Amino acid sequence: MTKEAQPSFHPASAPDFVPAPLLRKLQLDRLQTIVKHAFENVELFRHRVESRKLRPGDINSLADIAKLPFTTKVDLRDTYPFGLFATSLRDIVRVHASSGTTGKPIVVAYTQKDLDVWTSVMVRSFAACGLHEGDIIQNAYGYGLFTGGLGAHYGAESIGATVIPISGGNTDRQLMVMKDFGVTAICCTPTYFLHLIDRASQMGVDLKSLPLRAGVFGAEPWTQSMRKHIESVTNIQAFDIYGLSEIIGPGVAIECPNHDGLHIFEDHFYPEIIDPETGKVLPDGEEGELVLTTFSKFAMPMIRYRTRDITALVPGQCPCGRTLRRMRRIGRRSDDMLIIRGVNVYPSQIEAVLLEVEGTLPHYQIILTRAHGLDQIEVQVEVTPQVFSDRVGALEALAEKLMDTIERVVGIRIKVTLVEPQTIQRSEGKAKRVIDKRAQS
Amino acid sequence: MKIQQLSIFAENKPGHVAGPCRLLADQGVNIRALSLADTQKFGILRLIVSDAAKATKVLEAGGHVVKTTEVVAIEVPDQPGGLAAVLAALEGSPTNIEYMYAFPFGHQGKAVLIFRFDDPDSAIKTLQGKGIAVLSSDVILKG
Repeated sequence: MTKEAQPSFHPASAPDFVPAPLLRKLQLDRLQTIVKHAFENVELFRHRVESRKLRPGDINSLADIAKLPFTTKVDLRDTYPFGLFATSLRDIVRVHASSGTTGKPIVVAYTQKDLDVWTSVMVRSFAACGLHEGDIIQNAYGYGLFTGGLGAHYGAESIGATVIPISGGNTDRQLMVMKDFGVTAICCTPTYFLHLIDRASQMGVDLKSLPLRAGVFGAEPWTQSMRKHIESVTNIQAFDIYGLSEIIGPGVAIECPNHDGLHIFEDHFYPEIIDPETGKVLPDGEEGELVLTTFSKFAMPMIRYRTRDITALVPGQCPCGRTLRRMRRIGRRSDDMLIIRGVNVYPSQIEAVLLEVEGTLPHYQIILTRAHGLDQIEVQVEVTPQVFSDRVGALEALAEKLMDTIERVVGIRIKVTLVEPQTIQRSEGKAKRVIDKRAQS
Repeated sequence: MKIQQLSIFAENKPGHVAGPCRLLADQGVNIRALSLADTQKFGILRLIVSDAAKATKVLEAGGHVVKTTEVVAIEVPDQPGGLAAVLAALEGSPTNIEYMYAFPFGHQGKAVLIFRFDDPDSAIKTLQGKGIAVLSSDVILKG
């Protein structure tokens, strides 16, 4: 067994190397098709296009895409559950969902052809990571409504690997399987892998001695220093994979072995970078908000979807030879969404719970830290005269009720700590609700 | 018959009880009795002070959350069986003791028990019916 990366070329990767002029031609053709499809089948989109005095026939170049209206997460929420579907339910073979800004999730849908596209971009993602037939892939993304599990699963099967659909959690079993089954690659969130590293060292498992040679990490932003740490203690190659349910799930963009930006599968997902304030399209190289258009998703086309992820398109061609443009790894977002253990958490959700349980809104703060390689989130809530009691049990019950309600709304259990009044810093302008100490730990 | 007790929320951290005590000392408020309920995460400081109204004002101005509750004080002989006799008197009464604490009091071999009942009025009635004296706040506050 070797830990060296395999040559990055794989037959499935052929579309990654299409000459740029041909790629642009293909993109325009696909853009025109999907705009027409969305216009004819999605009421919200048709209204917005018509209100701009546009017709699908007005899209004659890729640059014309800037004439089209944006789609936002709010649109998905407002049309919950099926309002943006562009095909009849009979043609939809799968739905996934992820948490929205309020209690309701957002729903996404796929036709069989959409799923085939998704599988193909996952195959190309794995191929870019040097994986191939014969690999044993441990898929520790959560299976279920979350797109990570099934997205990676079908891609891994399709490339001919042996898939272990272990899903998330149960760290000791993950390590046992990794060791006993001779796993060569793992898919999970980067913070979960850091947790696996810590647990392995506690259990005396030497990851360097295992056949594991690649990790495909995504579903949350991570950093170059995390990559260095992971690679130095395990000897694996760590690849950043990018995706979001609204667009398709994992497999929108992937790193190649050069690890200098993520190649966007732009034959299916068209990237633009915009100024998040003005909505103006920025040239390649400038940092702004990533906007994606799906060319090949017919159940639920997304035209100019604002991802809220801040990045830049990398100018120039990658030495790997792929003609697909690259984006810088995501470091931050233009809204306040937090991604904790792969789950989307909005401060507004926490605030709504505090208001609901306590009747008035107390001062509160969300503290993010990192311990044992895992992101930790804690909500500190000032005790108010309305909720204070001289009985210990009453305060413990309050904290418990806050935790239960947050778990019901957000989907993960978050620690709630009661703190003394006036101890959370007041700010002159917008309250600083989120304190991120993860970089310090 | 009922006595005002002040409760203050305190985080379970070093120095978090000293702060309110200092505020009271600076304003000449005397702490007659106290108890600290603590959990792993937080504590509740319960005080019986010489001037509850003034103490509340001072503590609230100092940024504390203060809750006033009515408690019942009973004087017992400071000897074995003192508490047991009171608890026996309460047996069969529907009232529930939320918590209690005790402190030695004065110098005549007496101790004082402070009870927080869920229903202080019915507790006082039961106790008095069994011949147990309930202290007035004058006695506690003046000593």
